[in-house]
Amino acid sequence: MARTDRENSHTEFAGDGGALRSPWKMAWRKLRRHKLAVAGMWVLIFLHLFAIFADFFAPYSELTTDRRRTYHSPTKIHIFHEGKLVRPFVYGYTRVDTLRNIYEEDKSTMYPIYFFVRGDKYNILGIESDLRLFGVEAPGKIYLMGADRYGRDIFSRLAYGGRRSLFIGIIGLVISLSIGMIYGGVSGYFGGWVDNLMMRISEIIISIPGFYLLLALSAILPPNIPSDRRFMLITIILAFIGWAGLARVIRGMVLSISRMEFVAGAEAIGASQPRIIVRHILPNTMSYVIVHATLSIPSFILSESGLSFIGVGIQHPLASWGNMLSEALNLASLTRYPWLLIPGFFIFVTVLSYSFFGDGLRDALDPKTQT
Amino acid sequence: MFRYIVRRLIYVIPMLLGISSLSFFVMQLAPGDALTTMALSPDVSDEIMEAMRARFWLDQPPYMQYIRWITQLFKGDMGHSFLWHAPVSWVIKQRVFNSLLLTVVSLIVAWVLAIPIGIHSAVNQYSWSDKLLTFFAFIGVSIPNWFLGLILLYLTMTRGWGFPIGGMTSIDFAEFTFWEKVVDLARHMFLPTIVLSTGTLASLMRYMRSNLLDVLRQDYVTTARAKGLAERVVIYRHAVRNAINPLITIFGFQLGGILGGASLTEIVMNWPGIGSLMLNAVQGQDYYLVMGNLIIGGVMLILGNLTADILLAASDPRIRYE
Repeated sequence: MARTDRENSHTEFAGDGGALRSPWKMAWRKLRRHKLAVAGMWVLIFLHLFAIFADFFAPYSELTTDRRRTYHSPTKIHIFHEGKLVRPFVYGYTRVDTLRNIYEEDKSTMYPIYFFVRGDKYNILGIESDLRLFGVEAPGKIYLMGADRYGRDIFSRLAYGGRRSLFIGIIGLVISLSIGMIYGGVSGYFGGWVDNLMMRISEIIISIPGFYLLLALSAILPPNIPSDRRFMLITIILAFIGWAGLARVIRGMVLSISRMEFVAGAEAIGASQPRIIVRHILPNTMSYVIVHATLSIPSFILSESGLSFIGVGIQHPLASWGNMLSEALNLASLTRYPWLLIPGFFIFVTVLSYSFFGDGLRDALDPKTQT
Repeated sequence: MFRYIVRRLIYVIPMLLGISSLSFFVMQLAPGDALTTMALSPDVSDEIMEAMRARFWLDQPPYMQYIRWITQLFKGDMGHSFLWHAPVSWVIKQRVFNSLLLTVVSLIVAWVLAIPIGIHSAVNQYSWSDKLLTFFAFIGVSIPNWFLGLILLYLTMTRGWGFPIGGMTSIDFAEFTFWEKVVDLARHMFLPTIVLSTGTLASLMRYMRSNLLDVLRQDYVTTARAKGLAERVVIYRHAVRNAINPLITIFGFQLGGILGGASLTEIVMNWPGIGSLMLNAVQGQDYYLVMGNLIIGGVMLILGNLTADILLAASDPRIRYE
C-alpha cells in the first residue's frame, strides 16, 4: 500500500508544471483545514518559545532556592484590595504550619505584579540581561504554580525544564533519522548480503527490550559528569534505540524506488553511488519521514521523562519535566502538595499536540486525500 | 511453514548472543562493580573482598566474564545476584508471575473493551458517542501511563476510594480463605490494571475504528449490502473479520513487550514485578540479574514477533512464508 502511494506522489511531483500548485503548498492548504492539527501546531510553537526564552518568561532562575518557602502553595493573584480595584498583586505569605508546610496570606503586605522587571541575571545567545516578563518586588514571591521541596518556583522550572524535555525529542529525532535513513538507504540500495547482514544487526537492536536497555545505558553514565554532557549522552542513547525501526521501513521503500527508471538513468550518466542514494533515492522517502518524525518525537519525550522520573535521566538540580514529577512518587508529598503534578500535564499536552499535528500532517501529505 | 518457523528459531541464538554481549559490555563501562558498595563497608576486610572478586570472576577481564556467563547460561545457570544473594533464576522466578499476571489481565481488559468500542465508533461514525470516544482515545494515547498512575494514586488518597495502594496482597494474606485471597488480589490489581490498559485500549480502539472504516468502504461490502444482507450480517460476518486482521501484528508486539512493557507502571504503582526488580538491579550494578532480565525480555520479544507472523499467516491465506 505505502509503496504505491509513494509512486503516485512521485509522478505527481515530477509532472508538476509551473501553473500547478506545488505539492508543499497543496499540503499546507490541506493542513490548514485540519483544525485540531493547527491548534496542536500553535500549542507546540508556544511551548517551544516558552522553553527557548525561559529566561524571559520565568520570574526566577532555574536554581533559585528559598528554604523558608518549602512546598509553598500557588500564590493567589488578587485585583481587589479592601474593596477597591487595584493593579494585580499578591499578598505576602506566612508559614503557619512548618511541619506540613501550610502557608496563609498575610493581608497586611501586598506586592503588586510588574511587567518587564529586572530579576535574576541570565545569558542567552551571548546577550547578558536581567529582563523578565513579570515579577514582584523582593521580599515578596510569586509562585504561579507553587514551589517544590527547595522552595524553587515550579512555573520557572517548567520553562527551563522544557528546554531539555522538549528538545531532547527534536535532537534525538534528528540523530536517529540521520542514522536510520543512511543505514536503510545503503542497505536497500545495495541489497544482497550487505542488506542481509545490515538487517540482522538492526534486528538485534530492535529485539532488545527498549526500556531495559535504556536503564542499563543510563546507569553507566558516571554520576559526576557535567549536566549538559549528561543531557547529550541521554539523547544519544535514546536515538541509538530509536533508529532501527525507521531504518527497516526506509530500506523497504528504497528497495522499491531503486528499481525505478530514474535511478537507472542516474546510474547511466555516471552518478556515484553515495550521490544516487542521498540525492535521488532518499528525497523520495521524504513525506513518509516527515510524518514518522512528527509522530515519533513524543516517544522520545516520553522516554526521557520516564527515565528522569525514576531518577536515571536528567539529574537534580537541573529541571526536566520528568524529574520534577519524581517528588510526587512520595505519597505524602503527592497528597499534600498536588501542584507537584503540574509538569505531567505539560508532558500530556505536548504529546497530545504532537499527535494532533502528526495526524493532520499525514492527511495533508497523503496525495489520495482531496483538496 | 514449518521450515520457516525452524529457521526463525535458529536465528534466535545469534540474536541472543548479540543482545547479551552488547548489554554486557555496556554494563562494564560503568565505574565500579557490583561489590563496590560492599568494599566501602569497614566490616569487610580486603582479603574477603579479594576472595569475593575471585569467586565471582570480577578480577577477570570482561570478555572472560562474558564467556563464563554465556557457557553457564547454556547449562541453564543464569548466574548469581549480588543484591539478593541468590541465584538469578530464583529471583526472576519470584517476580515473573506477578508481572505476567498484571500484563495479561491488562491486555485482556484492553482487547475485550477495545474491539466492541472500535466497532461501535466506526459504525456510528461522527455520532456524538463516536466523537466522545475518539476524544477519550486521544487522551488515553497521549497520557504517560506513569503519570496516569500518579493521578489515580492522588485521587485514591484524597477521595477515599478505598483501594489499597501499592503491593500485591494485604499483610494477612496468608490467613485468608481462597475466595478472600482472590478478592484481595483483585482489589490490589484494580488500579495498576487501569494504568496499564488505558494506553493499549485507546490505541487499539483507534486502530479498530480506522480499519473497519477502511473495510466498510470496499466494494465487497457494497456488494454484500446490495444483495440484501442484513446490516448486522454485513458488519459482523464480512467487515469486522477483515478489519481485525491487521490488529494481529499489534497483538504480537504486545506479546513481545509483555515483560518489559509494564516497568514504569510497576515502579509507580509499587507492583512487585520484573520492572521494579530491573530498576534495583541496574542501580545496584547487579550485572547478572540485569543480563537475566534482558535475556528473558529479549526472548519474549523475539517469540512475540514470531507468533505475530505465524498468526498473520494462519489468518490470511494470501500470506505465505517460503
